[in-house]
Amino acid sequence: MRNEMKIQFSALSQNESFARVTVAAFIAQIDPTVDELTEIKTVVSEAVTNAIIHGYENKATGMVYIEAAIEEDTIHLTIRDEGLGIRDLDQARQPLYTSKPELERSGMGFTIMENFMDSVEVISEPSFGTTIHLTKYLTKNKAMCN
Amino acid sequence: MGLAVNLELKHTVLCIRLDGELDHHTADMLRSQVEDYLMKHTVNHIVLNLEGLSFMDSSGLGVILGRYKQIKSQNGEMVVCAISPAVKRLFEMSGLFKIIKLEEDEELALQALGVA
Repeated sequence: MRNEMKIQFSALSQNESFARVTVAAFIAQIDPTVDELTEIKTVVSEAVTNAIIHGYENKATGMVYIEAAIEEDTIHLTIRDEGLGIRDLDQARQPLYTSKPELERSGMGFTIMENFMDSVEVISEPSFGTTIHLTKYLTKNKAMCN
Repeated sequence: MGLAVNLELKHTVLCIRLDGELDHHTADMLRSQVEDYLMKHTVNHIVLNLEGLSFMDSSGLGVILGRYKQIKSQNGEMVVCAISPAVKRLFEMSGLFKIIKLEEDEELALQALGVA
């Protein structure tokens, strides 16, 4: 059975915590491990932070959209903004690359997403925004007794 | 849940103790607090105690790297301690351990810097 949820919120940094905790609470239904839950929270934080800092350049009038779906042991996440978009995706996905070094960005956002998820697809169009599709398959090697 | 920052000067080593979540939202606050402290006090080295840190993302890596560069520019060192497995993975992924030393706890971190 596929189970879905959607949230949208203002592009404000104080909503980063709200976003990752909300997605984690939804995902918790399919019993991820503590590590898997941390990984999901981290990637949500990365993608939402990107939307706020790069997509909307910290303009709170923008909205960030998250869709999450769980289907058996698979998690699908879509995190979208209608901001500036990314001009050079290959460059943006390079480890340690950042377009905003003056803001002390580490340039590790996409690298972390790629490490923690099974697939990362980025669709971006300048001045229309960025959509990130993320998929993760949970390891179900736990004894289940429900 | 936010971030509580505790700053204490031990000899000339600044101990930064973090409690809570370090993300983009709280990283700005941490940066300004530490920068402000470094301006007002004589600090030779930094010990970063992450024992109470329950969450961190790449914004945390950025602000830590920024403070490392700041203390390094004054010929100081940074030692990080009491790090969780999750945070350790992020440090490893970004190569931060190549420049920042890791110790088990604050006492060992201070010893590594020749204090305590």
